Amino acid sequence: MITYLAKRMAASALILIGVTMVTFALAFLMPADPVRQIAGRNATPETVESIRHQLGLDRPVPMQYATYLGHLAQGDLGHSYIQKTDVGQLIMSRLPATLLLMLGAIFFELAIGIPLGTFAAARRGKADRAIMIFAFAGVSTPQFVVGLVLLYLLAYLAGWFPMSGYGGLSHLILPALTLGIGGGGWYARILRSSLVEVLRQDYIRTARAKGLSERTIVVVHGLRNALLPIVAMIGLDIGTFMGGAVVVESVYGWPGIGQLAWQAIQRIDIPIIMGVTLVAAVAIVLGNLIADLVTPLIDPRIRLR
Amino acid sequence: MGEAWQRFRRDRLAVGALGVILLLVAVALGAPWLAPYDPSQQFFDGLTLEGAPLPPSARFWLGTDLLGRDLLSRLIFGARTSLMIGVAANTAAVALGALVGVIAGYLQGPVGFTLMRLTDLMIAFPALLLAIALAAIFAPSLWIVAMVIALVNWVQVARIVYTETRGLAARDYIEATRALGAAWPRVVFRHILPHLMPTLLVWGTLGIATTVLLEATLSFLGIGVRPPTPSWGGIIFESQSYFLTAPWLVFCPGAAILLLALSFNLVGDALRDAFDPTGRGRGG
Amino acid sequence: MRSLKRAALAALALTGALIMSPAFADTPPKQGGAAVVTFKDDLATLDPAIGYDWQNWSIIKSIFSGLMDYKAGTTELVPDLAESYTISDDGLTYTFKLRPNLKFHNGRAVTSADVKYSIERAVNPKTQCPGAGYFSMIKGYDDEAAGKTTELSGIATPDPSTVVFTLTSPNATFLHIMAINFAFVVPKEEVEKYGADFGHHPVGTGAFKFGEWELGQKLVLERNKDYHRPGVPYLDQITFEFGQEPTVALLRLKKGEVDILGDGIPPAQFLEITNDPANKDLYVRGEQMHTGYVTLNVKVKPFDDLKVRQAVNMAINKKRIVQIINGRAEVANQVLPPSLPGYDKDFQGYPYDPAKAKALLAEAGHPDGFSTELYATDTDPQPRIAQAIQQDLAAVGIKADIKSLSGPAVIEAGGTEGGAPMVWSGGLAWIADFPDPSDFYTVILGCAGAVKGGWNWSWYCNPEIDKRAAAADAMVSASVQAQRAEAWKGVFDDVMKDAPWVPIMNEVRYTMHSDRLGGDPILFIEPIHIPVNYEYIYAKDAQ
Repeated sequence: MITYLAKRMAASALILIGVTMVTFALAFLMPADPVRQIAGRNATPETVESIRHQLGLDRPVPMQYATYLGHLAQGDLGHSYIQKTDVGQLIMSRLPATLLLMLGAIFFELAIGIPLGTFAAARRGKADRAIMIFAFAGVSTPQFVVGLVLLYLLAYLAGWFPMSGYGGLSHLILPALTLGIGGGGWYARILRSSLVEVLRQDYIRTARAKGLSERTIVVVHGLRNALLPIVAMIGLDIGTFMGGAVVVESVYGWPGIGQLAWQAIQRIDIPIIMGVTLVAAVAIVLGNLIADLVTPLIDPRIRLR
Repeated sequence: MGEAWQRFRRDRLAVGALGVILLLVAVALGAPWLAPYDPSQQFFDGLTLEGAPLPPSARFWLGTDLLGRDLLSRLIFGARTSLMIGVAANTAAVALGALVGVIAGYLQGPVGFTLMRLTDLMIAFPALLLAIALAAIFAPSLWIVAMVIALVNWVQVARIVYTETRGLAARDYIEATRALGAAWPRVVFRHILPHLMPTLLVWGTLGIATTVLLEATLSFLGIGVRPPTPSWGGIIFESQSYFLTAPWLVFCPGAAILLLALSFNLVGDALRDAFDPTGRGRGG
Repeated sequence: MRSLKRAALAALALTGALIMSPAFADTPPKQGGAAVVTFKDDLATLDPAIGYDWQNWSIIKSIFSGLMDYKAGTTELVPDLAESYTISDDGLTYTFKLRPNLKFHNGRAVTSADVKYSIERAVNPKTQCPGAGYFSMIKGYDDEAAGKTTELSGIATPDPSTVVFTLTSPNATFLHIMAINFAFVVPKEEVEKYGADFGHHPVGTGAFKFGEWELGQKLVLERNKDYHRPGVPYLDQITFEFGQEPTVALLRLKKGEVDILGDGIPPAQFLEITNDPANKDLYVRGEQMHTGYVTLNVKVKPFDDLKVRQAVNMAINKKRIVQIINGRAEVANQVLPPSLPGYDKDFQGYPYDPAKAKALLAEAGHPDGFSTELYATDTDPQPRIAQAIQQDLAAVGIKADIKSLSGPAVIEAGGTEGGAPMVWSGGLAWIADFPDPSDFYTVILGCAGAVKGGWNWSWYCNPEIDKRAAAADAMVSASVQAQRAEAWKGVFDDVMKDAPWVPIMNEVRYTMHSDRLGGDPILFIEPIHIPVNYEYIYAKDAQ
């Protein structure tokens, strides 16, 4: 186990360096000059060149990358070109919002997915089909449509929730629910397959023969063993949410790092682009690691490589 | 294969979904004849005096959008955009993923190792951000958007194909062929790839749901296909400011996207079950 | 008895008259109270040398001050930190006398050395000030901008309350430059203490002091009790909230949670708001120093042909574009917006005449039109406007492919020679930084701007007009200002004869404030303190 973890850590570190390299290259391929943005519209060519030199953007790209890695090793993510703030500080200021949204989303995914999946596996037949359609519908609707529909119905028409912004529970519910509906569908499907498999096992038949109620069998014995794939999914989800909530944040005005990244890409604010991509990649790698560690527990045939 | 088709046919819901897909394809192909108006035509009287879109009426069955264009026509032509990009992007993604996966899985060694590490690297990227960044670099057009989406989606297929290939390559008769000195392209294409067909078919269908959604999302963010090409996500992007007063501008395209993606998901899932009814041994 | 009763009656009548009179009908400004302002986008920085976006421009004006300012609600220059100034006869020397007892928010007295320091800081390339180029008329600018020195030889401080500027040539815009944010005075010790973070800990001389700032969420400003203008600001506190969608902000304003919509009334709700008589005194319409235009790249065929450019001018239906943005603009037929001196109200411009446009194109050798590209940013409503223009062009045979890209990408394409044949300026340009026609010429139409990375996206360069523009800017003294306006009028009229642009519209903004805020309506949509002049608004319910 320890060797496996060590190998994975080493591989992860290399992958993350690879991510920084590719992101750096992509940032420089953007068809716009970040220096001109900073220098403004009245700048003389001398000022532009001077700023370029200050930021080190006149050096060859590989050298700039090496400098970036050097700073990174010391924990310095650099300074935003546009906002002149320390990138680490900017990300930290938005991280709580993203983490909160992530927690809320996972909560709803489980709250929707587990009951639906359990019901479908236990009942089969028509109810099973109907639930699975719901699950698929949740997965098949783009987040921004779910978001706008919820906004319109629950916030605007009904007035039950505030329409946007960051704040307490009432502000969190709609965005988290939007993300949860999409993911909940997946969770329902996975749980259903897993639970169907578990309920076929001999020991379940034994439990039935012993006269235990169906509910106890399903919930206590069945679920307990069927929940493992869900844990793996949560691991993967962590990674997805860290980088992918741009759309939901945009619809609800939720100040997370997704919005930060989106604006940075539009404005070619390279330090922020690097910082956010790195943070998201770390989350994805960690999440995948958790999922991979859990998977052998589900299917013993798959051994840790 | 025939067996699988039988199993598929028994799933009435999936057959229904397949019918919906065919219907949408027909709509897309027949768009010039089905659409009541030119989707790009902005009518002078298609907006109120203050520039608000018109609600549904006898003249414009679903009303107009914020440029005075017939919404129904734009929806119909939008099916073309979604289908074309969805299919093109996914085909490219599956092709690329299969190629990488099968080569890595068969050859193993340094080539296989490098390819799989490359795959790991791609997985570590936040997908949407990567798509946004790529779209920013290559000024969007229909094919560029499809290519960007393919670049983001090929990895999943590669991983699955890799695992399967490894399993297949270990079989005796493959070993034997290898021992006889057959060149690897021949072995791969003649002996291994055919066995991968079911998986590729499943992903070829399921993946379209993902690519359609990704295209809609990119258009919603404003970095999708070039205007005035109609795109369901793009219609929502342009109509957002009037969303509360003209919600059908969001709901209609939204329902269309949902219908298309849902149908592909149902068909793909049924295919998966049809090829492997025990639910074991195939990814996911 | 009778006289007493009469006196009482008279007093009653007088009081009654007073109560009825206008003086009481409008509550006079009261000291105190707070206001909440919303913005959609976050604030980047509050450093006056760097801040250059919609949100922070007016906030910075409230925290800092410069030698000059504008009378509230107008574009009239008045001295601010300076008590008085004199201009030498040759227009090369400006002498400012500072007011006595000026203090920074940290308590220290303001001296002439602070003024010199602040402007040198703006010019210093290390600061990355987007407005550094505005100070190019000060002697010694070239050396400091090139990084050879950190001082401006053209600024002298003979005593702590006198600043003397020496220019390299007379420049009529100099006083405007002294009123612009980039010239605002900052205390050296605070800048050095915070370094690059000064933008998050601003210390100035303005009406409001920095209170607290939660990044991405809200900013709070407190009243500066030692502000040198007596009686203002009226409000004790202003809170700015970010990340607020305009539609949401409007709903909150109706509920009483928000006082001013920083981004204005959202287009979809516009009719609903303006038609409701209850809102009559609450919404405000304000003109901006803005022109939206399409640039025609004279270095790219076929736009090198004057007839083609004129044809494009006549092909575009500007009224419909204004309709598409819900009437938030007025059709423009020339370069300058109506609020600037030099605007020619008798100018005819090019009428909307597609038939004539087609004829012109045929004369120019393009009877079947031609293909080209139109660049625009990808933020709503710019792609929509681009599509409207595209349709108008198609009607005369011009097939324009729309390239909808991010702002910086469009700017880059426009600033590359032969890069962008047509650029729609919406969302990018051009709002004047100061109320002077010169700001509408040099960078975007002058030869100096027609360089790589420049903002003259039509690459138009007419040396003869350049000379006339420079001559107009040399007319410094107050007595020749009317002639100066005439000179500029002539310049822009002749530019339009060459038609390097298609001026489309001048934006008009509408905003709304809550009932409890009072003040001259113009303060809420001021052209200088875009969008709000926070010093003079007040709360009617202050205790």
